[in-house]
Amino acid sequence: MKLAKTYFADERNDDFSEIGQPLPRTDLRGHVTGRTVYFADRTFPGMLYLKMVRSPHHHARILSIDTSEAEKHPGVVRILTAKDVPQNLYTILILIQVGPEDEHVLAEDKVRWKGEAVVAVLAETERAAQEAAAKVKVEYEVLEPVLSIEDALKPDAPIVNEHHGRNYYLYDSGECRKIRFGDVEEGFAAADHILEETYQSSPIEHAPVETTGCIVVPEANGRFTCYTNTQAMFFTLDNASIILQMPGHRLHMVGGTVGGGFGGKVDVIVEPIAILAAKLTGRPVSFIYTREEEMQISSPRAAEKIVMKDGVMRDGRIVARKVTAYVDAGAYSRHSPYGAQKAAAHFPGPYTIPNVWIDSYCVYTNRTPSSAMRGFGVTIADFALEVQMDKLARLIGMDPLEFRFINAYRDGDMKAHRQPTEGAALIECMQEASIVADWPVDERFMAMSSRVREG
Amino acid sequence: MAWKRGRGVAAINYPTGMNLGGDPTQALVHSTPTGNFMVTLSSVDLGQGLRQVIAQICAETIGVPTEWVTVDTADTDTGPHCMGTFASRGTHRVGNAVIRAAQEARQVMLEVAAEELEADAADLETDGKGNIHVKGAPSLSISIFETALAAHFKHGRSISGRGMFLVPRSYPETETGAMKPSTCYAHACTVAEVEVDDETGEVRVLSIKNVFEIGRALNPKMVEQQLIGGSWMGMSHALYETTEPYYPLRDHGARDFNEYLMPGPGDITETEIVVLERPSGDGPFGAKGPGEMCANPQIPAIANAIYDAVGVRVDTLPITPERVLRALRAQQAAA
Repeated sequence: MKLAKTYFADERNDDFSEIGQPLPRTDLRGHVTGRTVYFADRTFPGMLYLKMVRSPHHHARILSIDTSEAEKHPGVVRILTAKDVPQNLYTILILIQVGPEDEHVLAEDKVRWKGEAVVAVLAETERAAQEAAAKVKVEYEVLEPVLSIEDALKPDAPIVNEHHGRNYYLYDSGECRKIRFGDVEEGFAAADHILEETYQSSPIEHAPVETTGCIVVPEANGRFTCYTNTQAMFFTLDNASIILQMPGHRLHMVGGTVGGGFGGKVDVIVEPIAILAAKLTGRPVSFIYTREEEMQISSPRAAEKIVMKDGVMRDGRIVARKVTAYVDAGAYSRHSPYGAQKAAAHFPGPYTIPNVWIDSYCVYTNRTPSSAMRGFGVTIADFALEVQMDKLARLIGMDPLEFRFINAYRDGDMKAHRQPTEGAALIECMQEASIVADWPVDERFMAMSSRVREG
Repeated sequence: MAWKRGRGVAAINYPTGMNLGGDPTQALVHSTPTGNFMVTLSSVDLGQGLRQVIAQICAETIGVPTEWVTVDTADTDTGPHCMGTFASRGTHRVGNAVIRAAQEARQVMLEVAAEELEADAADLETDGKGNIHVKGAPSLSISIFETALAAHFKHGRSISGRGMFLVPRSYPETETGAMKPSTCYAHACTVAEVEVDDETGEVRVLSIKNVFEIGRALNPKMVEQQLIGGSWMGMSHALYETTEPYYPLRDHGARDFNEYLMPGPGDITETEIVVLERPSGDGPFGAKGPGEMCANPQIPAIANAIYDAVGVRVDTLPITPERVLRALRAQQAAA
């Protein structure tokens, strides 16, 4: 790695003693010698193991649940269904007023995705819990599933989630988060060329080394200690408190080093049910995802569909950009309404475009619920934006890097969401990339600055 | 039939912290009787090394060596609230809270030292090595060790501080979308070079050159590890990863690391990193959040390089050999 200190040197005070030092991490030796303690390194006498019975269907009504055979299985201590959960209906972002509550800790009347948790089995060993889970009989009436963004938005589509009553998240702005800046149709009319393209992505797994999980210990003083690898301690505590209808002072969350998060450990899925299980059995409970659950059950990065229409001039200026973005939330909100909103704020990318129209939708389907993942709302948007930029450059016969210089935002430029640009550095990154990658551009681009417009 | 080379570029920006703000973090800092410093938080270290960067931020602010600072975190019984470790917010939000707490603690420390030295606290400075002295008069000096002892056992002063950082929440205007998503943005430009086998659709990434602008590299080695890891993740997203390769069929969904495709050690490419620093107005020592954005520009840069190599566009991720080959066949059929 090279620190390119010549850029913005006049804006920086480099006179520090600790800041800027490449000090070795104090946790380094523990990590590389296997001595770092993770939550799952703990064992407690009498600990029970929790395994979930999961929906085999994308969309189905639950007609009956029969746990009688499973209860007789050797080693089984307790079986939990929806009626055991004090506040079974929840949504994680309710703490910051992003409702409605739309998901059950354990499925009640319906399952809305293949893999949804229906029954929790607690047993003396993991094996007994797994075997007993296979003996739980759930009778389903299979319903027509909604398996794509396109199908979800058809007028006669089955409703995926009755708590929303429609197959998209309803923002205060309506069916999508909107940005309206300038007059996009006027921009298209004035453009030399129009290009409209569609970009898509598939769900992506966080792939942490350590799978999601927790171990809960009921303490003698009536409190519950929850050793967890959550990325957000109080987010987990406060949501568990609501779901369990248990005052927060009875909950104690203990984290530590997490073996990789990438957004996969902010959903608050394992802790509430494990704390409930510890409360109802009076014994420590371990609920840790298998690798298969981590990959196929825990929320992935959302599948997205982005339609981008641009008007561009022969001289390289983009004069209008219209984006319709769809985030496939799957069956439940989790963090997806936030992600779709973040996408709206991110468009039209780091470029100054006078006419912009953005519609960003959070769509419900009978797919595995998606949620937070490193850069969500932006990562796939950047794929669409930057491939589109390449196509536009080639459309007008311009070098793709030079085309970006022409449109790059500068300090003081008004963004589409009506914030003036501050602290821009896109131009300087591109100048350095031009040098490092030996991709020469015209000298007028090398003379540009993010701080002032030339001329 | 041949391996064909191409290169592609992408340029991006990325907001620091939770979109639209409203994501507070608190920190407490206190001195032990012998002048070591404890930072108490509930923030989570995900393995990226949050504790190390927080220790350096606290040490710089107090004016002591980093090894004198211990970070106690991720316990809701002891640590005050933190929104969590996500949204590229750890260094920026937690760092700012720690600076505020450390400034308050430093002020008490200087007041005690001033009494001991019979000087004015405003005239004192730290030497970064564990001593406090009168500005311009290094001989009028007291160690932080002695100062902390005096604070505890003589003056009855608590060398401690509380810090809170909150970017106020912005509410988007419903019709126009006017809003303030973030207070600062990191930037990047990536150039990827690839080789594409026009017979099989296989893509080899030959090199990835990344330029990142991240406000300030508080610990350059840790910045480097995060940026390289992110760059690899971006390459992996571009070419390999999905949990549902033939959706809506779920039969092919990966269940383990044998089935979930990611680049192996032999596929990881030469990765070059250059870091620019344009300090942010509100970051700790100017830092921005590089955690998420470093995995983004490689994806379109690789997609664009593939087009440059063989003249086909794959606009659906991941860009698997199957998709490249189908696009090549469509291109041949059209020719």
